[in-house]
Amino acid sequence: MPDTRVRRAAALTTGLVVGAAALVGVALLSLLVGAQPLPLGTVLDALLHPDPALQQHLIITESRLPRTEVGILAGIALGLSGAIIQAVTRNPLAEPGILGVNAGAGFFVVIGISVFGLKSLTGYVWFGFAGAAVAAVVVYTIGSFGRGGATPVKLALAGTALTAVFLSFTTAVLVTDAATYDQFRFWQVGSLTARSTDVAAKALPFMAVGVLIALASTRVLNALALGDDVASSLGQHVGRARLIAAVAVVLLCGTATAMAGPIVFVGLIVPHAARILTGPDHRWLLPYAMLLAPILLLLADVLGRVITETGEVQVGIVTAVIGAPFFVAMARRRRLAEL
Amino acid sequence: MTGIVAATRRREARRAGTVAIALGLVVLVLFALSLSYGSFQVSLPDIVRSLLGQPTPPQVDYIVRTLRLPRAILAVLTGLAFGIGGAIFQNLVRNPLASPDVIGVTAGASCSAVLAIVLFGASGGLITVIALTGALVTGALIYVLAWRGGGMGTYRFVLVGIGIGAALAGVMSFLLTRTDIRVAQDALIWLTGSLNARDWDDVRPLALAGLVLIPAALLLGRLLGGLQLGDDMAKGLGIGVERGRLGLLLTGVLLVATATAAAGPIAYVSFMSGPIAARLVRGGRPALLPAGLVGAAVVLAADFIGAHAIPGIIFPVGVITGVIGAPYLLWLLATANRTGRGE
Repeated sequence: MPDTRVRRAAALTTGLVVGAAALVGVALLSLLVGAQPLPLGTVLDALLHPDPALQQHLIITESRLPRTEVGILAGIALGLSGAIIQAVTRNPLAEPGILGVNAGAGFFVVIGISVFGLKSLTGYVWFGFAGAAVAAVVVYTIGSFGRGGATPVKLALAGTALTAVFLSFTTAVLVTDAATYDQFRFWQVGSLTARSTDVAAKALPFMAVGVLIALASTRVLNALALGDDVASSLGQHVGRARLIAAVAVVLLCGTATAMAGPIVFVGLIVPHAARILTGPDHRWLLPYAMLLAPILLLLADVLGRVITETGEVQVGIVTAVIGAPFFVAMARRRRLAEL
Repeated sequence: MTGIVAATRRREARRAGTVAIALGLVVLVLFALSLSYGSFQVSLPDIVRSLLGQPTPPQVDYIVRTLRLPRAILAVLTGLAFGIGGAIFQNLVRNPLASPDVIGVTAGASCSAVLAIVLFGASGGLITVIALTGALVTGALIYVLAWRGGGMGTYRFVLVGIGIGAALAGVMSFLLTRTDIRVAQDALIWLTGSLNARDWDDVRPLALAGLVLIPAALLLGRLLGGLQLGDDMAKGLGIGVERGRLGLLLTGVLLVATATAAAGPIAYVSFMSGPIAARLVRGGRPALLPAGLVGAAVVLAADFIGAHAIPGIIFPVGVITGVIGAPYLLWLLATANRTGRGE
């Protein structure tokens, strides 16, 4: 037995290395492909010795590099938070958006544009982040009323309800304010483009804390996934464990949404894909989700760039259209836990 | 034993009847209010006279019959349709989250309508037809995809619906970024659900559909109690499970689709009417008629508030149902949780 376990660990480690290499490859692809395809030499040159006078270098440093960075960070965040939320709610269909995070971020961005006259995308980040945090705190508070604390189903229901609340207030502002809607509709669609160059740098601290919490809580997640009773008999403080997991989700998902707008399905699909490779152990599942999600997101982004003759299809739409068939297939195939 | 069961059943039926009558009265009051109140006040006797075709002061006929009556009737009909349609879905799947606006049927209607508005500049009757087609196609697609191994799992039905709804939502936001802001704003108002600027041409198709579909829904609704016991139990009771379910689903989709075509997918009406009605009626049995009446009352009240709450701004009815409905849902959840009933 120990022999197979060692072999399995070796295989999974190799998988991680291959995944990391694939991520580097996809990131390069994201730098090369676009309306104006650039040769590899130019890209490397632009990365190592950027020359602001050259237009091709500017394309890399001002446009493609920032969006690739955002893609990687947002991907990591969505993959990890998806895996965590599925473990905590013990629901294979849960995704970060179910905690009301996307809708909360959206509402705050609308307030930012409409009331505070935000014009730059850098400004959105903070409002988006605050909205995500407020939404998660409210959902958690409502979800913890009553018997048994924050049970998975109560969290899911509270998240759905709060999403409804935020969406309707957002719409109330948008139908009376055309200028705000004109800006918001481009945020809402979910895109890696047109974010300012330093968004990734600003988001990095939040991301780092979120990733650390997530990776440190893998054992706790393993216990939680077995059910509350088993988890507490294994010596876990269930309530505290859920709270820590929720903090990680807010940090990760809030940052991702603030950077790239609401992107659906990545947080839902990637953990399942990772689970096929790793099995249910979160010590492997989380690193895999963390690699697969940015690969998927960047590929979707590249696809959106080349799929139409004129202009681009935003990444949020590509993931929605690719994700839906996958989701449907999954719903048909598996015996899923009832919500 | 049988005596107790029969007595309970009688009591439940009586309560359902009382609730339905009370709700009907509420709808009637709101209906009269929306006919009489506005920048030009019309007294109640004048309304009755105008409706009966008797002589009235100048302008009253125009205001009541041409401006306010179609809007009020439309509010009642869409409310009934959304309420009953939503309750059918929720009862069939035994999950309050499974209303047509959650599982993508409404999204199918909206998405095809937005497509028509944005790409072809469609308006009026054409939108109605296209939205109806979109909802039916989406409903059929969900049904076919949820069909597996000779049966349709209700839970699978919901999941497939959520997936398809999300994809359609993605397509919709894409379309909205690819168009002029004025068109997008029009589409947004339509997507929110609005009764503004509706006339008799909008009422007629919905009224005809309602005349057929609402009685059909109430008749088929008798099957719901049996179907709720689970497929095996229902078969044992001699109910044709698949045929009954298909009939109910078709009626529900058609109700929701015609209402969406007429007024847009008025937010949360189909979602909240059923649970509110169930709370009022109590007892375990599905209450379709009360759900429809709750829907009608909600739409009438929300439209009234939207038109008169802030002078100078007419909010689309869907904004008000959302702003009122969503916090109600949260409150429901919070109180249910606190008393320990929330699982």
